[in-house]
Amino acid sequence: MAEKTFKVTSESGIHARPATTLVNQAGQFSSDITLEYNGKSVNLKSIMGVMSLGIQQGSSIVIKAEGSDAEEALSALENVMKKEGLGE
Amino acid sequence: MSERISGIAASAGIAIAKAFVLQNPELTIERKSITDSASEIERFEAAISVSKDELSVIKEKANKELGEDKAAIFAAHLLVLSDPELVDAVKQKIENEKVNAEAAMDDVSSMFINMFEQMDNEYMKERAADIRDVSKRVLAHLLNVTFTTPASISEEVVILAEDLTPSDTAQLNRNFVKGFATDIGGRTSHSAIMSRSMEIPAVVGTKTITEKVENGVTVIIDGLDGHVIVNPSQDEIATYQEKQKQYQQQKEEWAKLVNEKTFSSDSVQVELAANIGTPADIKGVLENGAEGVGLYRTEFLYMGRDQLPTEEEQFKAYSEVLEKMEGKPVVIRTLDIGGDKELPYLNLPKELNPFLGFRAIRLCLEEQEIFRTQLRALLRASSFGNLKIMFPMIATLGEFRAAKGILLEEKEKLVSEGTKVSESIEVGIMVEIPSTAVMADTFAKEVDFFSIGTNDLIQYTMAADRMNEQVSYLYQPYNPAILRLVKMVIDAAHKEGKWAGMCGEMAGDPIAIPILLGLGLDEFSMSATSVLPARSQILGLSKEKISAHIDHILQMDTMEDVIKFAEENFK
Repeated sequence: MAEKTFKVTSESGIHARPATTLVNQAGQFSSDITLEYNGKSVNLKSIMGVMSLGIQQGSSIVIKAEGSDAEEALSALENVMKKEGLGE
Repeated sequence: MSERISGIAASAGIAIAKAFVLQNPELTIERKSITDSASEIERFEAAISVSKDELSVIKEKANKELGEDKAAIFAAHLLVLSDPELVDAVKQKIENEKVNAEAAMDDVSSMFINMFEQMDNEYMKERAADIRDVSKRVLAHLLNVTFTTPASISEEVVILAEDLTPSDTAQLNRNFVKGFATDIGGRTSHSAIMSRSMEIPAVVGTKTITEKVENGVTVIIDGLDGHVIVNPSQDEIATYQEKQKQYQQQKEEWAKLVNEKTFSSDSVQVELAANIGTPADIKGVLENGAEGVGLYRTEFLYMGRDQLPTEEEQFKAYSEVLEKMEGKPVVIRTLDIGGDKELPYLNLPKELNPFLGFRAIRLCLEEQEIFRTQLRALLRASSFGNLKIMFPMIATLGEFRAAKGILLEEKEKLVSEGTKVSESIEVGIMVEIPSTAVMADTFAKEVDFFSIGTNDLIQYTMAADRMNEQVSYLYQPYNPAILRLVKMVIDAAHKEGKWAGMCGEMAGDPIAIPILLGLGLDEFSMSATSVLPARSQILGLSKEKISAHIDHILQMDTMEDVIKFAEENFK
């Protein structure tokens, strides 16, 4: 299992457009991928799950991947977080 | 063979394009028990797959034509259709509860819609509408009904619809929608008013257009004479292209008056203002040479969404309008909801007589939080330009005093918080209820201005619902009864040194303009596109000469007499 904590730096938190990119990326991998925020955990392959968290700027999120391509998935998602200016 | 369908000319101009028939399908979900869940799941998967194909096409088009930013929404919609939380939940429901796909989809999507609607974050609440849109598309496929939304249009079309609701019109893309025609409605129905403010040709009240025309057929909308030509021949297309050209030339003549003030031939100055619904309309206001905004209908801020607009959103809209008008007068009407304009999220009870019911200022004085939020936004915006605040549907002096009292309370709060508020905001009322017109002399002592809302004043005076076609013959702007009321209001204002305007459709009507000038109206507020023709007309009218006929006109028996006299004498 791979996991990493990010601090959300994007001014509007994680909303539709970047969430779309994130979920799309997660969908490329066979691993189970979850996103934890504020004590809640959702499937990162679910756009509605991610959006339902209403993640705000300044908060911490944890992305966990479990499966054969877990490491790969995590580094790809880390890339998206950085490229979209979501967090680090 | 081409066919000509007649209706009411609602917005000038000619549009030639393919028809897009807008249907709001009734999605009736019937809950059924099933036995073969495997084939039901297959059916569900097929509906998802067709929906995805459709959305991909829309997304590609939007990407090319509107840019990636605007297309992003469709990418999000597509993801909803692949969302495991949604898709798997529906499949499980079909499997475990042995229900049909429609019921399962409806249950699961409703759950998500509710969840988003209940979130604190405004932005997230709006996403409920996205999910609703997407699930409607899937449900429509499951039920085998055609699903169309104006938001999904991405090529040049004319829209044909039974009627266009304010929220439909809010979604129309001006780049693609070249014109529209509706089955129902008149010159003053919302779709007609919107078409003029969007400056797209429109014909309303055709009765049968959606029945007679299929998607993709070429149609001509003649918004000058009120015809729709279905399946035109090459000759007809050429004729109408010529007509369009001539109209264009006429417009160019008018355009020369764009920076002029408005004077009658005997040098009496009046103000020609425009009616708007959104800040986006300001472009048309300025291009058409209006000298101000005589009516900003704020209710569009409240429509086509799932919750009330915040103070900040409203502040942004109001200050944008004021700023762009660069110190020219801007009359902003406070929320006029109720009647034909509903807000589903307020959960107001259905009324038998909505036009006589709980609406506009009546609602605002009761639901004070809504009203105070709007007033605060207005007051904060006041320092950006020349703001005048107008209360709608005032029937008694008590209502005006109550509304103004609340306004002053909010002003005091803002000032004590250190917010800049203009000291010269005029506060006036719409005169649309006969009692107020009759009492205008008393009102004039307390209000800063009147603006006569003729659409409602006529329907209340004649006791004729303006949405009901069977009594539409009673919609009589030139009836001497109406003209006498208008005169009472104008005279009452002038006696107290106040000004009187008119923001109903009548103010831009070529037959009414000379009479209104003769009655002494100070401000005429109309659809932006009517401003230049009106200015050109007034240039040729002598106020003094018309005034000499006013007493005679007010003593006439019928509206027909008035029209005949005006046409013969004021050309």
